[in-house]
Order: sequence, then structure tokens, then C-alpha cells
Amino acid sequence: MAKKKTIRTIPQQRTPMREQDPRERVTNFTEVACGYRVEEALIEAERCLMCPEQPCVAGCPVGIDIPGFIQKLTEKDYRGAYDVMTDTNLLPAICGRVCPQETQCEGVCTVGDTLEPVAIGRLERWVGDKAISEGWVNIPYIEPSSFRVGIVGSGPAGMACAADMAKAGCDVTVFEAFHQPGGVLRYGIPDFRLPNEVIDAEIDNLRKLGVKFECNTLVGRLFTIEQMINEMGYDAVFVGTGAGYPSMLGIPGDSLNGVLSANELLTRCNLMRAKEFPNYDTPLPHGHRVAVIGAGNTAMDAMRVSLRLGAEKVYCIYRRSRTECPARAEEVHHAEEEGVEFHWLTNPIAVIDDGKGGVRGMRCVRMELGEPDDSGRRRPVPVAGSEHDFECDLVVFAIGTNANPIIGQTSKLKLNKRGYIAVDENLATSVAGVFAGGDIVTGAATVIEAMGAGRKAARNMKSWLGIRDIDFPYAAEGRDSTNKLFGIDLRERNFARVRVAATAKP
Amino acid sequence: MSPNQFSRFEIIKREDFSDVTYLLECYHPLMAKAARAGQFVIVMLNEHGERIPLTIADYDREKGTITLVIQAVGKTTREMQQACQAGTSLYAITGPMGIPSHFDKVKKVACVGGGLGVAPIFPHARAFKESGAYVIGIVGFRNKNLIFWEDKFRSFCDEFIICTDDGSAGIKGLITEGIKQAIEKHPDIDEFVAIGPPVMMKGCAEATRPHNIKTIVSLNPLMVDGTGMCGGCRVKLGDQVKFACVDGPDFDGHKVDFDDLMIRLKRFAEEEKVAMERWSEGCRMRDQVQV
Repeated sequence: MAKKKTIRTIPQQRTPMREQDPRERVTNFTEVACGYRVEEALIEAERCLMCPEQPCVAGCPVGIDIPGFIQKLTEKDYRGAYDVMTDTNLLPAICGRVCPQETQCEGVCTVGDTLEPVAIGRLERWVGDKAISEGWVNIPYIEPSSFRVGIVGSGPAGMACAADMAKAGCDVTVFEAFHQPGGVLRYGIPDFRLPNEVIDAEIDNLRKLGVKFECNTLVGRLFTIEQMINEMGYDAVFVGTGAGYPSMLGIPGDSLNGVLSANELLTRCNLMRAKEFPNYDTPLPHGHRVAVIGAGNTAMDAMRVSLRLGAEKVYCIYRRSRTECPARAEEVHHAEEEGVEFHWLTNPIAVIDDGKGGVRGMRCVRMELGEPDDSGRRRPVPVAGSEHDFECDLVVFAIGTNANPIIGQTSKLKLNKRGYIAVDENLATSVAGVFAGGDIVTGAATVIEAMGAGRKAARNMKSWLGIRDIDFPYAAEGRDSTNKLFGIDLRERNFARVRVAATAKP
Repeated sequence: MSPNQFSRFEIIKREDFSDVTYLLECYHPLMAKAARAGQFVIVMLNEHGERIPLTIADYDREKGTITLVIQAVGKTTREMQQACQAGTSLYAITGPMGIPSHFDKVKKVACVGGGLGVAPIFPHARAFKESGAYVIGIVGFRNKNLIFWEDKFRSFCDEFIICTDDGSAGIKGLITEGIKQAIEKHPDIDEFVAIGPPVMMKGCAEATRPHNIKTIVSLNPLMVDGTGMCGGCRVKLGDQVKFACVDGPDFDGHKVDFDDLMIRLKRFAEEEKVAMERWSEGCRMRDQVQV
């Protein structure tokens, strides 16, 4: 038996991840963070103490058995690590890249109490990338359950729900309004943070589970959710259409031609490949001096995309201070390295017209932090007499989103006051058999939270369909591999899976 | 990846109304079933294409088709004019999008279509007629040779007024002339519905404003997704901002800020020029090679 690791015996430094040089990378859309080499992953894996408390597992919205997969890594059992991972998370290559680990698993890591926390996200990404390069897929034996499930929206919530329902033997179809699946992963997150090949690989894995993707299908308008249940033969439906609808600035000049939402900039650039105009037909607005309003992950993406599109100056305008900034720490750090100029405690009050329908500049006011508001963050208040103008020719707003209205307009699903879909604690909506999760329920959140919601909805959907026990939690509880057959946990008491066990025993 | 279980986006019929205006009838039974007057679709010609919104000009639930009438004005619509023949397929058609038009119980209604808007105003005329209204159709063309669907309109309109810029058919003058005459003859018109270029819809709204007649216009600003996600299609209505794709495309013509709409339509004028020149150049090169 190996000697027990202690905080003093593990590698003290967190293994850095190689990145493209900032000066180099602002000229391309290739991924910024290069990922660990195998030896780096092995060193970092050694830093996990295998502590019995496992706070990281509880810190993960989908409850990945983090010590479990790291243990396999230290044993150089890479396939084993992937198997442990895919018990709970089918999309490790995506989550390892886009999860805000510092507030989740890494934020509560025991090592992090004394040293820098274990780089769980980087290890997760390494495992995911390894699986893609090796062509590994974990397809359990699935016995069809004769249930048909429709998923509305192919973003992270829908993908997670689809995976679980397919594993439970359901005939799953995912409907997407765009011409390519992936939702925000595809249109929102830029290539240098999440390459398209990674999304394609993960979607391919879902296809191998039997999930069908139907693009160019606008549910609500082409057919309604009620029609899916009543006429089209779907036994259950999951709605994961995302928040979408960008919030407007509501200041003078916000409808000028040089003002656009981060959603629009990113969709044009990422999904429509406008960065390759005129080889692709979709055009992009070009700015020499770009002001991005907001400091969330979407704002960071918009800034870094603008730099890569050739902007000379990119400003971040945020009314609170750096401490309250909602973006992942790594994104802010990367944006800073690439030359984004941050203007904290600055609030725009008007966009200035160039007389031709475009933008000449922006008028801002300095802010200071007052008493805490409802969100617990200190409320920014304007400093009297601090109005000032600065020059810019493109203004991008990334100040949050509102609920997409289409499902509300076209179905009887009950909405809450803010227009999001109202659900109970099981994510069931007011219409029997229809579940909802992700941004369309909570408002804008993260990829992994949406995936967590998709999985939770799947669990309740299965119980509603009568194909599994309701009380069994997904979170890791004793990862004894001897209880498993083909990566299937027999205790899940999934109807189809019990049958597998019965035939496997002589 | 493009075709789905409901349709392969196949074009089953093509008809040319003039050297710039053409009709495409596409097979999509589910969309034909779902479509209502006033809605639009987003079309992609090919994988490299842009997403362009096109108003649904007609639908045939029995044949399972939707009809689009397109004017070749930019690179994409010209490329479509060359590429889209019966038997070919589009890369994508998504929809129907937007809130369908409301057909309130009205006694007398005028349906106004100018230029590109002549085709999509047709389902409105038909729907009003079917709901029992007295329907006055008013359409405008540049000259006699560009007129299409006259019989179709006449069969659903109690009165049909054609305006041409050069007077080669019907009334000589802009469509506002036809509107003026209609109001003079029928001061009891309850509602106007107008579809066409922004400047024409603006003219229509200004013509009806003094008479205080409800005027609905169908807006067609630049869009990307058409599902309320990008905000590119935002339009100003008084002090409100609305998204044409999910809050429209129908709006109260007396509230719409048409000047703002017209400026926003020119957002990518430069890029459109570049794309157009590059494409024309490519066509010339191909022609030369063939010679």
C-alpha cells in the first residue's frame, strides 16, 4: 500500500497549463489554453489528497466522482478515469474548459485550504481530450423502453437531459432552431475557448447513444409543446431553450448602428463564421475602438473576439468593481493579458451619435460602492460631476438576458413574473409530462448549472414515466466498481438495466 | 446535417415574375400546416450562406408547400436566383417565425402591398375575405410588366387598385395615391395592413394618420437567428424597443420609427457591396471560362 499522502508530501505548486502567448493569440482564433501534457496531468493528479470528506464532489453541480477519476489517473488508467467521469458527466472536454471551477469543485478543495487547489478542471479537460483523441465512447447496453422523449433546445441542458434519457432506453429527439446543434456552446462560446471540434465530438457521442438531432426546427412555431404530447407521440418533453433575449441598455443612443448585443457579435462570429467573411456570407460590424459593457463571461468573450477581429483598443466598462465581476477569474486574466483595458466603477449614460447613424463615443459616469443590495454586492452609486466622454466606434452590450418569449407565446406552460418557465422542485412544469431546466428557468447561469438541471429533469422525467426509482441521488455515493456492469450502476434500479443484470448472471 | 425529418427543403416550383423577382415553392408539409399569414421564415442557401428572413407569401396545406417571393437585390438573393431551380434544395428553412397577424372582426379593410410586399400581403387579403370583411387590395409596381398575381388578388378582393410609377397600368403614381383614393371612396375603412419597403410603409402610415385609421405594418429588419436571441432586428416604437422577430413582425404603423429602421437596414451597406462585387467578379470569371 502506498504511503498516505499529506499536504506536505504532495507537489506544492499547481501545475501551470501552457497557453498561447498573448501577443500571438490575439491574432488567431486557435485555443488559448493548450491543455496538459500527460506528464503534467500525472503530476497534478498526485496533488489530490484523496481526502475522505470529498468536498469537491458536493461542489460539482452534477456530482462528478472527482477523487475517483483522479485516482485512476494516478494509476495511469486513463480509460478508467474516463469511465468514472462519464458515469456522471458525458461532456468532460466541454466542462473542463468552461466550468467556473474556482467557485465550484476547486473552490472547496481541501488542498486549497493551504495551497493552491488541485486543478480539477484541467484534469477533467485532459481526460475529455484524451477520450476524443482515442475515440473512446462509453455506450452502455441500452434496452429500449418504448418511451419517446422530445428535447427542445440542443444546448447544455438539453444535451445532458438527452444523454440520460437515451441511457434509460428512451427514443430521444433533440430539436434545435439553428442549423447546427450545440446551443450556446456553438453560437456563444468562441473557438479559442471551446473549439468546434470538441462540441462535434461530444455531440457525436450523444448520437452514438441513439440521440437524434433535428435542426432548423423552431418548436413553438413549427409545432407546439402541447402538439408534441398530444399528437406527435412524445411521452415526455424537456424544455431547455435558454434565456436568450438580450437586455437592452436603455440609454440614449442605444439603437445606433454601432451598438449591438454580445449575443449578436458572438453568433455572427462563431456560428455564422463571419470572421471568415467574405468566404462566409454573414458580415460583422468592425470597430477600431470597441467598448464592451458588462463584465460577465459573455462580455469577456465579446472583448477577446473583438481583439481578434482587429480592434486597436478594447475597453471593458463595468459599473461595479473588480471584486464583484461575475466572469471566471481565468477569463478576466486572459482578457487582461491580451490587452483589454478595464474601466471598473464606470457606468455608461449615453452613446454618442456620429451624425450618420453610427457611434462616435460614449458618455460615462464614475461610480462608487454604497450599501449592499439584494444580491449582497455593494450597490454602485454615481459620483456627482464625474461625467466624461471617450472615443469608441462600436459598443457591445453584455449586461444579461431576459427570458426568450417563444415558448410562453405558444404554449400553456405557466411562467413566473419575469417570464421564465415556472417549475416545481422536480423541474416539472404546469403541463403534465413537460419538464424544464437551464437558463429558461433560472435566468442566465453557467453551462454546468444548465447541465445539472438537465440531469435533474431527466431523473424526475424517468420517475414520472415510471422507469426508475425517484429517490436515488445521482451524486457519488460509494464508487465500488464491482457493483457495475459495463459502467452501469445496478443500484439505479433502472428498469432496463435490471434486465441487463438478470441476463448477465448465469 | 441540414435536412430534418420534416423536410429536405426541396424547391418544387420556380416561377420568374421579372428579371429580378422570382417565386420559390418549397416542400415542407409541417410548415405549410403551421404557417399563418404574417409570419416569415429564415432561409440559408448553403453552408456558407447568411440567414435571411423572408415573409411567407403563401402556403398550401394540401400540397404541403410554402411559397416565397424574392427580389434579387443583394448577393444572397442573386445567388439564389441562379441556384434555386425546381428539384434543388435549400440548405435550411426555419420557421414559421414571428407572431401571426391578428384578423380582428373588421367590416372593411385595405391590404396594401408595394414592391417586395405585394406577395406577402396576399394571404392577408385572403384571410380577411374568409373572415367576411370587405377587402380592398392596393398594390404598387414600377410598370405594367412587373405585375404578378393580379388574378389571385382579384379573386379575394372586392376592389383591387393597381398603381404604377409610369402609369402603364392602373393609377399613375405612388401607392399613396391609391390609398388616398380608397379613403375618399370608403371613409369607413376600419384598418389598413401594409407590407413593402420601409419608405412605402412610412408613406402609408402617414397617409392614414390624419384619418386616424388603424394601420398595421410588417417590418423586415436585418436578422441573424430570428428567435429573439441577438437583438439585431430591434425596432423603435415611440420610446419602446421591440424585436421584430419575436415581438413582431406586425406593429402599429403610426408608432414605428421608420427613419431609424431605414438607417438600421444600411448597417452592413459596405460589406454588402464587397460581397456583391466579389460575387459578380466570380460570375464573370466563370462565364469567361465557359466561353
